[in-house]
Amino acid sequence: MHLILLLLAGVFVNNYIFSQFLGICPFLGVSKKVETAAGMGVAVIFVIVLACAATYFVYNLILVPLGLEYLYTIAFILVIAALVQFVEMFIKKSSPSLYQALGVYLPLITTNCAVLGCAVTNMQSGYNFIESIVNGIGGAGGFTFAIVLFAGIRERIEFNDIPKAFEGFPLALIGAGLMSVSFLGFSGLIKL
Amino acid sequence: MEIINVVTAIASISGLGVIFGAGLGYASKIFAVEEDPKVGEIMSVLPGANCGGCGYPGCSGCATAIAEGKAPVNACPVGGAKVAAKIGEIMGVEASATEPQVAFVKCNGTCSNAKSKYDYEGISDCVFASQLAGGGSKGCAYGCLGLGTCVNVCAFGALSIVDGVAVVDEEKCVNCGKCAKACPKGLIGFKPKSKKTAVRCNSKDAGKEVIANCSTGCIGCKICEKNCKFDAIHVENNVAVIDYSKCKDCGLCAMKCPKHAIKNERIEAMAAKKAAEEAAAKAAAPSDENKA
Repeated sequence: MHLILLLLAGVFVNNYIFSQFLGICPFLGVSKKVETAAGMGVAVIFVIVLACAATYFVYNLILVPLGLEYLYTIAFILVIAALVQFVEMFIKKSSPSLYQALGVYLPLITTNCAVLGCAVTNMQSGYNFIESIVNGIGGAGGFTFAIVLFAGIRERIEFNDIPKAFEGFPLALIGAGLMSVSFLGFSGLIKL
Repeated sequence: MEIINVVTAIASISGLGVIFGAGLGYASKIFAVEEDPKVGEIMSVLPGANCGGCGYPGCSGCATAIAEGKAPVNACPVGGAKVAAKIGEIMGVEASATEPQVAFVKCNGTCSNAKSKYDYEGISDCVFASQLAGGGSKGCAYGCLGLGTCVNVCAFGALSIVDGVAVVDEEKCVNCGKCAKACPKGLIGFKPKSKKTAVRCNSKDAGKEVIANCSTGCIGCKICEKNCKFDAIHVENNVAVIDYSKCKDCGLCAMKCPKHAIKNERIEAMAAKKAAEEAAAKAAAPSDENKA
């Protein structure tokens, strides 16, 4: 039950984009089409779950025994960057079709702060391994959920008659703000 | 004590870095995907403008397609015969020479030739203006609006607006086709660079309406069709269209066109030269008299 709550909290209550404001750059950058947004979302889920596992081991097996907890930021960035590189190589070799589908989004995730944010949250909340993974799935699922919803909205905005001054990013930012407000309605739904 | 802390910190993080680096280096060998070296070579030959004129997403997409044999060596319309020959060398295929194509504007309704319905002072964009009632301010609903949407979209600076109508600089045009896609009136066509004859009108209106709106519009009289010895020009939907596979660029249609809607640059240049010579002769004549 605790794990299900953790998952739901990640998707709705502690949504990375709308309540923690992490991963905004890909959220605005690749949300012009639902298809590409979904591609980015899947890639993020994939990387975040792997990163959660990897950072858990690096933190608990290397940093804690050496008393170097304060170095977690730099260590996590190192782990995530190396991991994304490795995953990219692995996918390119093992599944060219998946590599094609994820395309440019895979390397882009290296700089997605939601990945680092997830790893840091796991560490600060003192989650165990299973909880870390579930939190990762929830958070990344929330990211995907948000970016796909937002891409759908932006696709529709495209066809509307918008004042010139609001075309493109201005309206996208207003839309993102409104979505964030609506997601506030979920706060208090789950208390962890 | 403090120094030991610093040393462990540096040692452990750089240790991690070294391990990851070595791991990635090893992984890159294990997971190395053999890429066709031809792709890189072709990439270096292609213009690199990523204009999309070939139909592939950017130059790298085109290079991959050529290397895989999915596209011909002359797939790049921008590079033309030069690039095709180089790619042919890389691929070991003889490049079939393709006649370079250039864009031309199917309208000659300049400010003095064509009437305007009203003065347009809105956003300077043809797509926007063409959505207004009557398809823009021009009297002819098919004519060039002259607001320069094609000029803005051209990455090669080959288009300009002269006297209210878009004009193609054939030396700069690389046939990428972006302007043709951008023009809301569909006024930009393509012709072989060597052929100098072009119908500079796209009005599908009946002759009477054309005459009312423009002094140089095609009225669909078919005089060009009757005069063409090569069966290369035909009136379709009230407007003459040249079939460049048959056209021998003789310029007869341009000379016979009663509305001067068909232009042949070669003949025009000759006429202009002749007129200039006559003017020069006239200017020279009085001075001779003065001497005498």
